[in-house]
Amino acid sequence: MATTTQARPRTASRTVNTLTTGRLPKAAPLVILAGSWAIMLVVFGLLQAGGVTDTFNWVAAIVLGTILYAALVFVISMQVEGIRRAKDRVVTTLVSAAFILALIPLISVLFTVVTSGAARFDGDFFGMSMRNVVGAGGGGLHALTGTLLITALAAVISVPIGLLTAIYLVEYGRGRLARAITFFVDVMTGIPSIVAGLFAYALFVIFFGEGVRMGAAGSVALAVLMIPVVVRSTEEMLKLVPNELREAAYALGVPKWLTIVKVVLPTSIAGITTGVMLSIARVIGETAPLLITAGFTASMNYDLFDGRMQSLPVFAYSSYVSQGTDAAAYIDRAWTSALTLILIVMALNLIARLIARLFAPKLGR
Amino acid sequence: MTAPASTATKVHAPRAPRRPADRIFSGSTVVAGGLILAILAAVAIFLVVQSIPAVTSDPDDVSLSGFPDSFWQYVGPLAFGTVYAAALALVMALPVAIGIALFISHYAPRRLAAGLGYAIDLLAAVPSVVFGLWGSIVLAPAVQPVYSWMTDNLGWFPLFAGPVSGTGRTLLTASIVLAVMILPIITALSREVFLQTPTLHEEAALALGATRWEMIQVAVLPFGRPGIISASMLGLGRALGETMAVALVLSPALVINPAILTSTNSSTIAANIALRFPEAHDIGINTLIATGLVLFVITLVVNSIARVVINRRKAFSGAN
Repeated sequence: MATTTQARPRTASRTVNTLTTGRLPKAAPLVILAGSWAIMLVVFGLLQAGGVTDTFNWVAAIVLGTILYAALVFVISMQVEGIRRAKDRVVTTLVSAAFILALIPLISVLFTVVTSGAARFDGDFFGMSMRNVVGAGGGGLHALTGTLLITALAAVISVPIGLLTAIYLVEYGRGRLARAITFFVDVMTGIPSIVAGLFAYALFVIFFGEGVRMGAAGSVALAVLMIPVVVRSTEEMLKLVPNELREAAYALGVPKWLTIVKVVLPTSIAGITTGVMLSIARVIGETAPLLITAGFTASMNYDLFDGRMQSLPVFAYSSYVSQGTDAAAYIDRAWTSALTLILIVMALNLIARLIARLFAPKLGR
Repeated sequence: MTAPASTATKVHAPRAPRRPADRIFSGSTVVAGGLILAILAAVAIFLVVQSIPAVTSDPDDVSLSGFPDSFWQYVGPLAFGTVYAAALALVMALPVAIGIALFISHYAPRRLAAGLGYAIDLLAAVPSVVFGLWGSIVLAPAVQPVYSWMTDNLGWFPLFAGPVSGTGRTLLTASIVLAVMILPIITALSREVFLQTPTLHEEAALALGATRWEMIQVAVLPFGRPGIISASMLGLGRALGETMAVALVLSPALVINPAILTSTNSSTIAANIALRFPEAHDIGINTLIATGLVLFVITLVVNSIARVVINRRKAFSGAN
């Protein structure tokens, strides 16, 4: 910092004491921003009028206008306030621009999914499978059913394992085994989803032979992805339970296991539920492992252990990749299943946060 | 950690009687923990066992189109594409993510900050297949004119060499989608670290007359550096393993091509598996599983580096 205070000789007289230098009025940045945007819009308008460009390029005008703003604000602020404040203003611009930049894909994705998905977001989509459907029509009921069944089985597998492991790590675990489990849970967090799918496939090949495709294999793959998330979030929640509660139970002569079941778990149940729901939200949109293990089909299949099973993300993927003769119908269905998927994920996230807020344990006084 | 410390001293401390229910309960938690180790061991063993035929068998038997003379020649371009695309994504995402994290932690009005954080977290809630659809239907046509402009005017730079892809479905598009997908992870972690900066450090800097940016330079960034490094490593790990976005966006070829705007792009391991697996059979499946093992090893190395950095500062971790 000491180096930045030494201004260049030319401006030295102005930056000797930053406390006494002038300040730009509060509205100045806004005025400059509006001004530079206006300039660029005019420039691009003239370009279009002059026939240099065919269409009026909004995006380029705004982007160049913002860059112009950064340059202008730097120069003006340096003249009035000195180099240090000028730098500060430029960084503020950059940081805010980064945030706006990240919102663009978010808004674009949500907008596209909602507008394109609305076309087929109708009764047929939720009432029909794709059996014997070639062109338009048909629906994703089979995919929706598949997604719910596969994810439910994955949750049934991973929640008990994850919960008990977290209890072990917090309440019992000491020494080498606990450290090994903590480390490997971390490793598991980093498993790419497609590798989990390959694992589930390799596992089921042993029992069912080459080329096996079934919903249960997909559930195993998703469970591999879910377990570390469940363990981690549950662990965090159990650690939040105050020790006094446990000690009070012990002092009353309650056995350890009953203390955990009756005192520790009820105290943290809201947080655990939130964690489990968030982990479900995370795996329900997984495509790659299901593509490998559960495959795709046009028909309804309620049996997790018998044959191919469609799921929403794979339905979206396969509709887009292998479009039939009536391509628009396939793309519409892909968008609608994407929209359904996003709605499910958002609902899970929302409910999870609501539970966390409404049933938060009352710690402290 | 919060459970009372065991009283296992040499002196006979009074011990609570071990009831059968106690034993069953603690036993089942140990079994669950052990199961996790078993699952991970199984993942490694099954992948290795299934991969062996791919490396040892005759290359003519492999039922994959365009399979070269050996497995290593097959996986080479794919591994290159995987690392290349992920690295590009990280280069694009990291500065933006740090900017967002700083914006939320130090620039945005307090009352808005939490809501803005949720908005970025929303990005993480969008399934990857949706990003893939968006990337190939919306993003690729939108950026294609920019690409032609870049090859025309910046073509001398090897990365932007032509001929430009007509569809915009290039490695750069895939990397942009990947960058958007890893943005929320890096942002969330960096934000957490930035918020942990001791307030006294910040106030001391401000009291010495530092501007906000100078305060961030001297107090926040040095404090958060390990967090930023591990966050970007975790983001890189996520980008390496990401399948659908790349599979849907990229028009792949089995080449090593550093140019990112042409229509011959190196595919990534994960995307290649997703595209080929449904039709693969016999040794082809083993070959794909072997490439999956290579991917597993690459992500393991990257994640381990991140863990080492994180474990030096125990306060934060990637799974929450």
